[in-house]
Amino acid sequence: MFRRTILSTAAAGLVAGALAFQPVQAADTIKIGASAPKTGPLAGGAATTQWPNIKLWVHDVNSRGGLKLKDGQKKIELIEYDDRTTPGEAIKNIQRLATQDKVDFILAPFGTGFTIATAPIFNKLGYPQLAVSAITDKIPALTKRYDNIFFMLGSTTTFTNSVVDILKKMKDDGKIGKRVAMVNVADAFGIELANAARPVFKKAGFEIVYDKSYPLGSQDLSPVIKGAKASNPDAFVAWSYPPDTFALTAQAKINDLNVKAFYTAVATAYPAFKGKFKADAEGILGAGGIDPDTPALKEYFKRHKEVTGKDADYWASAVTYASFQILEQAIEAVGTLDRKAVTEYIKKNEFKTVIGPVKYDNQNSARYWTVGQWQGNKFYGVSSRGRPGAKAIIEKPAWNK
Amino acid sequence: MEIIIGGILLGGTYALIAMGLQLQYGVARIMNLANGEILVAGSFAALWLFTGAHLSPVLSLVIVAPIAFVGNWLIYQYFLLPLVKRSKNQGQLEVDSILSTFGISFIFVGVMHAIFGGEYFNYEYLEIPFQVFEEPFALNRIIAFAGAAIAGACLYFWLNQTRSGLKLRAVSVSPDAANLVAINVNRASAMAFALGGAVTAGGGALISMFVTFDASIGVLFTMKALIIVILGGVKEIRGSIVAAFILGLAETAVASLIDPGLTLASAFLLFILILLFRPQGLFGRQTS
Repeated sequence: MFRRTILSTAAAGLVAGALAFQPVQAADTIKIGASAPKTGPLAGGAATTQWPNIKLWVHDVNSRGGLKLKDGQKKIELIEYDDRTTPGEAIKNIQRLATQDKVDFILAPFGTGFTIATAPIFNKLGYPQLAVSAITDKIPALTKRYDNIFFMLGSTTTFTNSVVDILKKMKDDGKIGKRVAMVNVADAFGIELANAARPVFKKAGFEIVYDKSYPLGSQDLSPVIKGAKASNPDAFVAWSYPPDTFALTAQAKINDLNVKAFYTAVATAYPAFKGKFKADAEGILGAGGIDPDTPALKEYFKRHKEVTGKDADYWASAVTYASFQILEQAIEAVGTLDRKAVTEYIKKNEFKTVIGPVKYDNQNSARYWTVGQWQGNKFYGVSSRGRPGAKAIIEKPAWNK
Repeated sequence: MEIIIGGILLGGTYALIAMGLQLQYGVARIMNLANGEILVAGSFAALWLFTGAHLSPVLSLVIVAPIAFVGNWLIYQYFLLPLVKRSKNQGQLEVDSILSTFGISFIFVGVMHAIFGGEYFNYEYLEIPFQVFEEPFALNRIIAFAGAAIAGACLYFWLNQTRSGLKLRAVSVSPDAANLVAINVNRASAMAFALGGAVTAGGGALISMFVTFDASIGVLFTMKALIIVILGGVKEIRGSIVAAFILGLAETAVASLIDPGLTLASAFLLFILILLFRPQGLFGRQTS
């Protein structure tokens, strides 16, 4: 009986939430939709980078009374869906948010594949798509085809080039030799980066002495590290995803693979990385980075922790938040919920955000960080395009025993 | 040598993943698609005990395994027994149990997501090199292997040398005949299902020492477990253990000698070869 009561109460609550409140609130709220993975392979990344920032942004806007429009201030009402890391589901979610929930704006989905998969539906429905967690060489083609999509993290080519540039600088300074061991996760992301990196490494005078891929979700990466170590490299580069970033680093430590330049891609910038490897994280290079010592970002990190209970990562977290700020400022400047006018405003103006000023040039923001490095307790950007404050690179010390 | 040891350690991990499912499928006849989620639940429990109470993941088995046993017993009694009673033949039970446990897996994912959130989790425990024949291997993997070896040996001994184990094997061979010789089939099945769940969750606790996991990663483990159980022959715990080690060795050999990118391909090649030439599995008996 007891269970039935709970169930019916919950059901009644849901129905009430879904039906009763919306018409009443519709007049004085702005409806924002969000679709990103809560389950599936990308859920861990989205739970670090995407969802907490959505929560923080909605909290920030609502706690100061909402968005200021011409007809008064309106609070945000958030509607969120899980895309289960399935592109089909993501497209359905966007459609549903637009046609059934009739949201005013939709926050861009998470991940390169999902950004590209949902671009046509965003375009068709006429919603601006401020993509953040998307790195691709197709940016010019996509922005040409869709006049409502925006990018902030750069292309695959700049992503790989800046890693090579850093290693080249270390080589030219005589800190490392020319032997590079490179591995990648056998998935669109890793394969694309490895393919882009190969010729650039060769051109920069490096010799790739170990070049292998491993399947997504491998439970044991020790053969990969043992093979890399046997090739006697001066630098180790892994185009990796979060679980393998952790596993490769752990195995490198176990097998005592000591190189002066050690790079792992996604998740190196996560607070959990420092949490796991502690002092051993020192000197490890990874994708992303920011300048965490600017007053705006210091304040952002503090608020992120207070509101969400979690630490922000040192890469896309702040950029994700900045993308929401851009949307917020554009809506307030336009003063209405006219999506076309908001999109046009975003194209033409510069925005003040937590990561500094952002201005889209042909719908692509050309100022971003590409490589970071753990130095002390923070992951500092050591290579950027158009952002000041890059730290000097240090040589990675040997693993602590 | 390096390949053999690496392969054996990986095989130990695979055995931990698969032994529980073997008991559940082989004896209780439940094709449990929530196997991976139960494993991940064990991982979360170990993580929680380790970060909250500084309890070693190995010691946490004492808590995790009994809770998983009771939990799986209840799942069997309330969710699966009605299906067993209703189904007229093995085929129907298989279809029903696949659908039902598939649903249960979603409940598990949802509950874990609600409690722990969706991020990646891992922790550092005994991730130190341990020299085996002058090659460094992670100590936590060696401990997991030891856990697998002990669990496997205990299960094998119990199933083959004791009276209560004999009952389980009887049910596994023929539930109807077992019923005729006064074995309480439902009780034995519940026992096997609960024990399988306890082994899986315990395996999850051990594996959590060296994998990065999140609330929805369970399906990866379920897939691996399915391959191993079918490779080994559904009715034999011995088969699953041997298959786990063969798979571990094959993957490590391919990764070291040919290309790490081909490990998945080698696993499925092995799977296809077994299905083609020994469809009953390595240790399975030909059914008439």
